[in-house]
Amino acid sequence: MSDTFLYGIEVVMNGLMAGVLYALVALGFVLIYKASGIFNYAQGVMALFAALTLVGIMEGQVPFSHLINAIFGTNIHHFGWEVPAILAIFLTMGVMVLFAYLVQRFVFRHLVGQEPIILFMATIGLAYFLEGFGDLMWGSEIKKLDIGLVQGASVWFEDLTSGLGGDGFYGFYIDVLDVTAAVVAVILVVSLTLFSQYSKQGRAMRAVADDHQAALSVGISLNFIWILVWSIAGFVALVAGIMWGAKSGVQFSLSLIALKALPVLMLGGFTSIPGAIVGGLIIGVGEKLFEFMIGPMIGGATEAWFAYVLALVFLVFRPQGLFGDKIIERV
Amino acid sequence: MSDNSQDISQGGYTTVDGRKIGGVMMEMKNITLRFGGVVAISDISFNIHEGEIRAIIGPNGAGKSSMLNVISGFYNPQEGEVWFHGAKRPNMRPYQVAEQGIARTFQNIALFEGMSVLDNVMTGRLTKMKSGMFAQALWKGKAEQEEFENREVVEKIIDFLEIQAIRKTPVARLPYGLKKRVELARALAAEPKLLLLDEPMAGMNVEEKEDMSRFILDVNDEFGTTIALIEHDMGVVMDLSDRVVVMDYGRKIGDGTPAEVLANQDVIDAYLGVSHD
Repeated sequence: MSDTFLYGIEVVMNGLMAGVLYALVALGFVLIYKASGIFNYAQGVMALFAALTLVGIMEGQVPFSHLINAIFGTNIHHFGWEVPAILAIFLTMGVMVLFAYLVQRFVFRHLVGQEPIILFMATIGLAYFLEGFGDLMWGSEIKKLDIGLVQGASVWFEDLTSGLGGDGFYGFYIDVLDVTAAVVAVILVVSLTLFSQYSKQGRAMRAVADDHQAALSVGISLNFIWILVWSIAGFVALVAGIMWGAKSGVQFSLSLIALKALPVLMLGGFTSIPGAIVGGLIIGVGEKLFEFMIGPMIGGATEAWFAYVLALVFLVFRPQGLFGDKIIERV
Repeated sequence: MSDNSQDISQGGYTTVDGRKIGGVMMEMKNITLRFGGVVAISDISFNIHEGEIRAIIGPNGAGKSSMLNVISGFYNPQEGEVWFHGAKRPNMRPYQVAEQGIARTFQNIALFEGMSVLDNVMTGRLTKMKSGMFAQALWKGKAEQEEFENREVVEKIIDFLEIQAIRKTPVARLPYGLKKRVELARALAAEPKLLLLDEPMAGMNVEEKEDMSRFILDVNDEFGTTIALIEHDMGVVMDLSDRVVVMDYGRKIGDGTPAEVLANQDVIDAYLGVSHD
């Protein structure tokens, strides 16, 4: 086997892993879109906010410390304790549920029955509010997120595969953290799919997404379902925030990954949970492979636009995405 | 019409064609409903007896659907009281009314178009599922048992309404008449005490109307379900219902057995028009 071919395989593997992270964010979009018809622009910021809160709690940071110091002339930063990762994750989840409740209570409850574009605009507002609020609460410096996940190259895998090539080949490079992310994503998707297909609340979620009036008539509380959906989206955001944060640090550019989730969704379909995963993988592999093979010929930096162009092509030929609901209309 | 009557206010019942008609189940007292300056329902009172088929009729815009929406909690009236099983009902959200055992269908079918017929009917069981969210999420023990039991009830209803052949079909693909039947199945799945049908036969051909009439009578007969329905086809109303409320411009202009209502001059005027001379 030639070295280029082997290197190509490695590019594909790393593309798959990057794709998993895209998919994690896309998953949050799909959940809210399926259950409430809202395209939640704030999903990426929610991931950022969850990661910020997690780090803040773990390090015992005082929330709003800058604000408090500015008003009272004090100089406090930390409580002086550290919270174990597991406990901090549970506390962060609590914060995300509270966030879900507040969003429902103060924003979307007042927008029931409005046009989708208005709901979309509301989520844009929400995104910027949450970004500013996260800044105010936890500060804007880049933070390290370490909840004890193993990071770095898998030596075992490198040794195992080093025999495939010639003397110059040292085996495939694969980050253990990426593998963890992939496993977590698979577990998340399987459990969410089972929950939405076979549980009472899952069925109620699908019912609400389909028809509000009919859902009310069979005894479903719209408010409860919406809070549930936003909480689950908050949970997915937390998982995505942990994985991205562990990989590249918790920083405000994290919210921009929301934009990468857009082409993923166009590929996979806005309404399909497995679609979010497959879409993420295709985008991840596609952009890495394109950069590797075609990139050098056209000056590189193709990763910035490849995903969007691919999504555009898909929109032309298959507007509902790979797995999206077929648009059936009787005339 | 009644043989062997007893005083129904004493908890007794009358028997009509072998069906038991009991005491008052639901009572609407002086209901007034306004939308801004428009009065949709004006000071209407009537009751529904346990086990009967009660029809609400009237010309277009008479406020019939509004009345059904008041009963099912979609609208809360500005004035008047709703009494259910002898207790005054506070203002409720529609899902709370559903939990009390009142199921309904809609004039413009409201089904979950993306789901299969089976899933649609299963949603009707939501009020009957009691196991908590985490048991559901883990899909263990009680939740699993419950799912099987609910599935059994649903399959019976599907058989009863003769829609076995389309169990797995997405609702969006079904023709109008079948959609109406699926909607009825979903309402029945809740095993309601009171079933509200908003124009169950609108837009159907003669054959479909006959089928639907038969199902409505069978539901009332076999399950003893109390039914309140809105219908335009007078022939159907006269055949099905025990008692009829007639509405016009938000007011009640008649109340009684089909024969009594048909003989009522106000009702005749509302339907045929009055000559102004």
